[in-house]
Amino acid sequence: MINILGKVPTILMLVSPILITATGGMICERSGVVNIALEGLMIFGAFAAATAHFFLEPVIGPNSVWIALLVGACFGMLFSLIHAFAAISLNADQTVSGTGINLLANGVTIFLAQILFKQDRTKQFMLGMMPGPGGIYPTAYIALAVIAVVWFVLYKRPYGLRLRSCGENPQAAASVGINVTSIRYVAVLASGFLAGLAGSCLVLTTNTQFNSTTVNGHGFIALAVVSFGRWKPLGIAGASLLFGTALAFSIIASDVTILRQFPTEMFNIMPYAITLLTLVIFSGKNYAPLAAGKPYEKGAS
Amino acid sequence: MQENAIEMIGITKTFPGVVANDNVNLSVRDNEVHALLGENGAGKSTLMSILFGSYDADSGIIKIRGKEVRIKNPNDATALGIGMVHQHFKLVHNYTVTENIVLGIESRTRLGMLDLKSAERRVAELSAKYGLMVNPRDRIEDISVGMQQRVEILKTLYRNADILILDEPSAVLTPQEIDELMDIIRRLKQEGKTIILITHKLREIKAVAERCTVLRRGKYIDTVDVASATEEQMAELMVGRAVKFEIDKAPAKPGDVRLSIRDLSVLNSRGTAGVKNLSLDVRSGEIVGIAGIDGNGQTELIYAITGLAPAQSGSILVNGADICKMTVKQRIEAGIGHIPEDRHKHGLILDFSIAENAVLKDYDKEPYSSRLGVLDFQKINDRARDLIDQYDIRAGEGPVMKARNMSGGNQQKVIIAREIGLSPDVLVVAQPTRGLDVGAIEYIRKRIVEERDKGRAVLLVSFELDEIMNLCDRIAIISKGEIVGTFDAGEVDEHQIGLMMAGMRLDAPKETER
Amino acid sequence: MTGKGHKRGIRELLLSSDGALSVMVVLLGFLCGTILILCVGRNPLGLYKAVIQVLTGWSIKLGRWDIRYVGEWLAQSMPFILCGLSMAFAARTGLFNIGGEGQYVVGITVAQVFAILGPQVPVLHWVLALTLAILAGAVWGGIVGWLKARFEVSEVVATIMLNYIALYGSRILIMRIPGTNTYKTPDFPKTALLGSDFLSQLTNGSLLNLGMIFVIISVVAYWFIIEKTRMGFGLRATGFNKEAARCSGIPVMRSVVLSMAIAGAFAGLAGGIVSLGSFKYGRVLASNDGYGFTGIAVALVGNNTAVGTLLAGLLFGMLSSAQGLMQSNGIPKEITFIIQGLVVIFIAIRTGFRMFFKYTMKAKNGGEVARND
Repeated sequence: MINILGKVPTILMLVSPILITATGGMICERSGVVNIALEGLMIFGAFAAATAHFFLEPVIGPNSVWIALLVGACFGMLFSLIHAFAAISLNADQTVSGTGINLLANGVTIFLAQILFKQDRTKQFMLGMMPGPGGIYPTAYIALAVIAVVWFVLYKRPYGLRLRSCGENPQAAASVGINVTSIRYVAVLASGFLAGLAGSCLVLTTNTQFNSTTVNGHGFIALAVVSFGRWKPLGIAGASLLFGTALAFSIIASDVTILRQFPTEMFNIMPYAITLLTLVIFSGKNYAPLAAGKPYEKGAS
Repeated sequence: MQENAIEMIGITKTFPGVVANDNVNLSVRDNEVHALLGENGAGKSTLMSILFGSYDADSGIIKIRGKEVRIKNPNDATALGIGMVHQHFKLVHNYTVTENIVLGIESRTRLGMLDLKSAERRVAELSAKYGLMVNPRDRIEDISVGMQQRVEILKTLYRNADILILDEPSAVLTPQEIDELMDIIRRLKQEGKTIILITHKLREIKAVAERCTVLRRGKYIDTVDVASATEEQMAELMVGRAVKFEIDKAPAKPGDVRLSIRDLSVLNSRGTAGVKNLSLDVRSGEIVGIAGIDGNGQTELIYAITGLAPAQSGSILVNGADICKMTVKQRIEAGIGHIPEDRHKHGLILDFSIAENAVLKDYDKEPYSSRLGVLDFQKINDRARDLIDQYDIRAGEGPVMKARNMSGGNQQKVIIAREIGLSPDVLVVAQPTRGLDVGAIEYIRKRIVEERDKGRAVLLVSFELDEIMNLCDRIAIISKGEIVGTFDAGEVDEHQIGLMMAGMRLDAPKETER
Repeated sequence: MTGKGHKRGIRELLLSSDGALSVMVVLLGFLCGTILILCVGRNPLGLYKAVIQVLTGWSIKLGRWDIRYVGEWLAQSMPFILCGLSMAFAARTGLFNIGGEGQYVVGITVAQVFAILGPQVPVLHWVLALTLAILAGAVWGGIVGWLKARFEVSEVVATIMLNYIALYGSRILIMRIPGTNTYKTPDFPKTALLGSDFLSQLTNGSLLNLGMIFVIISVVAYWFIIEKTRMGFGLRATGFNKEAARCSGIPVMRSVVLSMAIAGAFAGLAGGIVSLGSFKYGRVLASNDGYGFTGIAVALVGNNTAVGTLLAGLLFGMLSSAQGLMQSNGIPKEITFIIQGLVVIFIAIRTGFRMFFKYTMKAKNGGEVARND
């Protein structure tokens, strides 16, 4: 029979990056900015982390993973600045500017890989992140910490109250003196940081190098998670678990005899098909923050 | 000598293409109730937005209690004791009353956590002190509009405002709620506050204001003492010429029933009952008005008739045929014309030209479209030119001009030209004169009466009681989705209509002492 | 005096003309690309030499003409133009179709299957193959439209999901064709190929093929449908203001489905043309060819017009076919992706540029004051 408990580490390994990215996406959309560049930001983060770890590992040893995580997160945050500037200060179409970053991500990362490593992917590092007790990667704890902290700030701190108001009615927030622009910038940069962090987690736990198929749509799945989780921390955690499990299936399936006869592609399709299905069944448009995606015009009534 | 609480001197503010305020002066005495009167577009809201820090004036100075100040944002204004109750409430729909009130000046515990308990207590205190009854724990989306307005007022009082600006506060209230509001204003004055009332309702100015400053097209006109000025005088200052309050119209000659609504029920966007078992007839040659406060089912009723929302049960008959299962297109062909409430959302495509907007409902028929589906732009432009002439539409660039570049009044004319041009048997008109200047308002009302005289059945929905009582031959009052009374014009007065809007049923008109 | 007037003319042009702004954005993208190349220590001239060679056939290095490069340029532009039309058509209806990739893959798959398994009748074989590719793309796009109209599912996420499903689905399907290994099928019969001896000889042996005819027809059809037919009128109305369109009796739900289907058809055609024109055998796709995504940039630069998309498609086709030459001049081919991504971002902030110009113009003029934020 299938040893479910034995599969938990694999599932958590894939759930964690989704959860971290989705949390970032939630913060961003709750403040009123739609960020479909999560995929591209994860790609930037994954590349930066893989590169940093490759160079630092021989020098510092296995603990350079933690530095690599930070580097990846910062790299993601850096590029999210473009989206923030375009969407918030220039009132650009948020979908278009997000797509631009996704297009840019593949190009820039492979370009830099060519320059640094003379090939279309990073050179392999020796060891990625090491699993902890029970075979569970530390990224799971990181993900848990992220969602817990974000929940705390959003619902228990005044800053969270203000941030959420920017996504529901930015005119109301502005009328009581809240700086909507600054809050939205922080939210977008936070989502860039988290997406970069998630990409780093992904590459350091599932692979030994970064290439063009490392992230493979996880950023978009995270978007669906935000919507399926109805923009609430608990819902997002549950949704991440669901989608992460679907993603893990293609890895788990190779261990299970009954499933081995099916072409691997079928399990590859599963997470995307499930995502689509949940979007259809649980079209949660009514739960989105009211002002998400609309450019904020100061002084408009 | 009384000190001036507020002095605004030489305020000028331009937006691209329009001078909103042109060298305007305003002085408000301490503890005074001061009205700011003007038509739509006169510049009242802009002036007050400058006072509240939402906009920066291009030039001019502001003095508060004699001292010159710079108000760069709402925080500055709040610090000076100025509070604003906006016309379109600035409330977060899924926050509670308390959360909305404390947003921006949240009280914190020692660890910096959000402290809603002490905030609730203070809200309850203020509520009692000023007679503004609200429940601090209610969510905004669950309470009535009148209560939401009280929350807006509490927001200013929570921030210790001494000067309160009320922007068109009565637009969303029933006549009874308006009376309550007048009481609240008197109470606030008693407690020492200074009040600026932005409005175009002369009756309210006479009820509570002491002085009134009149603006017209961005310019300062005059400041009058309210007690000694008549409504006619104030109206003339506001518009610039003598204003006719009544419309000349011949008595109605109603014919056959064209529109028959039977037991109609419609759900609103939140899934609860918007219209409940409503029945109504409209004959050709008469104007039937639906009077009521916004949000009592008028929108759902119109959507059900025009096909924008499905009816849950009941029937709608046009010339005897039930249209409930018909698509929007089929209803247009069945003879329903629609002048929508929101002209930018439903009436026009702003990025289309006048010509394209003019044929929006019949572009796919001959002569505008050949049988193979190819458009004939020559014919389309010719049609637009005809309408521009007939209706005196100001379109500098002719039929190819984008609708976006026209004034509100001219945009409305395009819509009316199109709808009337299709010769509908039933004309559904919603809020036709909202946001327009007096000239356009007079023109449009005249046109509606003309259509009635041509034999059309006109259903008019309006939130302006004056408009209903002036234009309509019969009046139906709607409250919470039901018709609570139907009368001939002249059978009931405004007071009775107000009671019915609030839900009371009056079977026969009574004589009441005023 | 004349200098100032000349400058004001350019600014006004950029404010009013979308085309001029697109040109400026492309130039800006190239400028950034050049700077990037300099930053990593390579010679940007390599980029421009490759571009010239592709556009004209003139090789600066070798000092001679070879019209084959021009033929290759045109051949490679075909899928860019079609995928650009795909995105542009949907955009005119107010929809964001990033599923061009999946619709393209579906087109490839169906064309390949029919090429190998279909009847080997000359001309009819490839005509039917292309037709099926178009229909397949239409279905794949139509699904998205239906999901949006019926369930209000965001087309942004739905198309991405369908892209992945198409890719993996294609692999499953193609690998079932008898005689297929993990990366290619048996060779196509000659009757299925789009190659044309005439066009080949004209361009000294390039891959330019009969697909070009279909591309030209597509561009004209796009223009005609959108601007001249009542269907186009309804779609444009829906794109500008869905609510007003609905209120005027335009069948919005049907328009959404129809629009996505037609958009998908363009991309499906692209897949058919690439598979039967540029290859002699079917491929088991290992990853996305990328035309669908680049189509987004093409449509944005072309401002969703027929002529603009055609020109933009030729531009991106040029960048793509210059990659090999660039690589041999020491410039990593990814520079083209970077330029594309930058162009999309710059287009997105088109409004920002406009605001910037308005502000600087007003400041220079002195009189009018810009809104004080």
